[in-house]
Amino acid sequence: MTTEELEKKFQERIDAEEKIEAKDWMPADYRKTLIRQISQHAHSEVVGMLPEGNWVTRAPNLKRKAILLAKIQDEAGHGLYLYSAAETLGVERTDLIDDLNSGKAKYSSIFNYPALTWADMGAVGWLVDGAAIMNQVALCRTSYGPYARAMVRICKEESFHQRQGYDILLTLSKGNDAQKRMCQDAINRWWWPSLMMFGPPDANSPHSAQSLKWKIKRVSNDELRQRFVDMTIPQCNILGMTLPDPKLVWNQDRGHHDFGEIDWVEFNNVLKGNGPCNKERLEARLNAHNEGAWVREAAMVHAEKRARKIA
Amino acid sequence: MKNWPLFEIFIRSKNGLDHRHVGSLHATDAKMAIENARDVYTRRMEGVSIWVVESKLITASDPGEAEALFEPAEDKIYRHPTFYDLPDELKHM
Amino acid sequence: MSSANPLLDFVLIHADNSLILSQRLSEWCGHGPVLEQDMALTNIALDHIGRARLLYQYAAELDGTGKTEDDFAFVRDELDYKNVLLAEYPNVDFAYTILRQFFMDSFYIDFLDKMVLSTDTRLSQIANKSLKETQYHYKWSKDWVIRLGDGTEVSHQKIQTALNRLWEYHGELVVPSDAEKIMIAQKIAPDFEEIKALRTQRILETFAEANLTTPSNPWQQSGGKKGYHSEHFGFLLTEMQFMQRAYPGLDW
Repeated sequence: MTTEELEKKFQERIDAEEKIEAKDWMPADYRKTLIRQISQHAHSEVVGMLPEGNWVTRAPNLKRKAILLAKIQDEAGHGLYLYSAAETLGVERTDLIDDLNSGKAKYSSIFNYPALTWADMGAVGWLVDGAAIMNQVALCRTSYGPYARAMVRICKEESFHQRQGYDILLTLSKGNDAQKRMCQDAINRWWWPSLMMFGPPDANSPHSAQSLKWKIKRVSNDELRQRFVDMTIPQCNILGMTLPDPKLVWNQDRGHHDFGEIDWVEFNNVLKGNGPCNKERLEARLNAHNEGAWVREAAMVHAEKRARKIA
Repeated sequence: MKNWPLFEIFIRSKNGLDHRHVGSLHATDAKMAIENARDVYTRRMEGVSIWVVESKLITASDPGEAEALFEPAEDKIYRHPTFYDLPDELKHM
Repeated sequence: MSSANPLLDFVLIHADNSLILSQRLSEWCGHGPVLEQDMALTNIALDHIGRARLLYQYAAELDGTGKTEDDFAFVRDELDYKNVLLAEYPNVDFAYTILRQFFMDSFYIDFLDKMVLSTDTRLSQIANKSLKETQYHYKWSKDWVIRLGDGTEVSHQKIQTALNRLWEYHGELVVPSDAEKIMIAQKIAPDFEEIKALRTQRILETFAEANLTTPSNPWQQSGGKKGYHSEHFGFLLTEMQFMQRAYPGLDW
């Protein structure tokens, strides 16, 4: 078969909602897009451990400490499931990590914002994980089998992440003035970056159209963002807090909430590496990788020695 | 430095069920792969038994041969119990 | 600082050991040498937080003044923490972390095994649960001591350095405090001599397999069980207690 015929057949399979599996023929660009997206997603999980890890040692009580630690550990697991899905496409995890460390690969910009107070653990869980879940639920139906299966597993585990975050804020919202202030401040700082997590508007999203056609992506950026806004507002009302957007209003005609313009200049700036924590995050990952090198090597050498002894 | 090899992980969720493929991970040897699988894939009581096998040792069928391998089974509908029309008065078979 | 209640003191030694060790282990979260081991370290930290909570809850009941598990964990003075010096020793690097873990596990594996038979039913139940966790921790830390000792030249040197440095802290666990002596007499705690012998054997066997040289200086540091800690400890508490100190008496 010619490449054109293969591509046509491939698209027919996609259109028929068939899943693509690792050894199936796929267009080179489909493979490339998947590797980019899945590894970016994996990197986000791993870098995402850092802002929350920043608070594990300062968690206010034992119950919260255990929950937070378990939650961050899940992020490590999710990173691992995703690297594992990417590896089915013929890349090695170490190469993907090298791309992250060299700055070639991206991760979600949200993690370039600092976690400043305990309330941030609540806001990150509620808003950041909430936005992530919105995206991930849609990805459970992605066309690439190993990616879809990883997402199903991740979504199952993530379900407690958003709740634990909301629960933190709910407790703060019923607390004293200092706690309420902390709560509102965290919402103010995390709201807009959370909306940015869905990516640029559909009109300016360079890869979106092809990804939707290949059903790698199932729902557009703007649609997911709208769903998130609509879902979050009533939850915020229960907290008795406000979202930092004066233009937020119910639009009867659309059946959705209208909201203000996202600061895309800030978005692009953080994306370029100028966010408050871009450098710290990358340094932390790089340090962990470099300082772990002798450990990884020793374990490998030992296993080889042992195998020789048995042989 | 040589990378830690990739292992495929299979978990039996409870006795009576088959081991099911859940994903992969890296480990220096099979023993470590089992321990890592315990920490990575059974954090929520998902398993009672773990199998690991180094990914490179798995031989997979070629998807290009899928038609030749699997389509010949399609017309052998007489292998399925629903192929047979039985009298209504027959209750159990 | 010992209270008039030796059972409470005894419970706190082991609750504090678990809490402080988990605090150190959780510093690794997100910074481990490889994702799979990041998760392993976190699992061990989580087991110890869980164990600390069970023990503090019991301590709160024994104390009887309305304190909660969190009061014990977060608002005591440094002099009131009874964990061994080993538990609070900084992570330094993966080799120190592994060796610290191995010294803790090689004690707890036999200690908990015997604690299951404690005449105190509550402690016996907690030990029963904890023992299974520690059996896994022990296997993990022992395997890593061997991997690093019998790995590359670099790893061998690093774990030998950690051993040389941490050796003087491993003994405090098996020297009973005054409260522990009373517990042993009441059969609430097991005989430490037997545990010490079993542990020495575990340590020597493991070091032999890992090609490590056991330091010759027999001197052992102590003080943790009495509330006299290292200079590192104040900083650990400052961080751990921050929220409870900055905002006293609130719900979180």
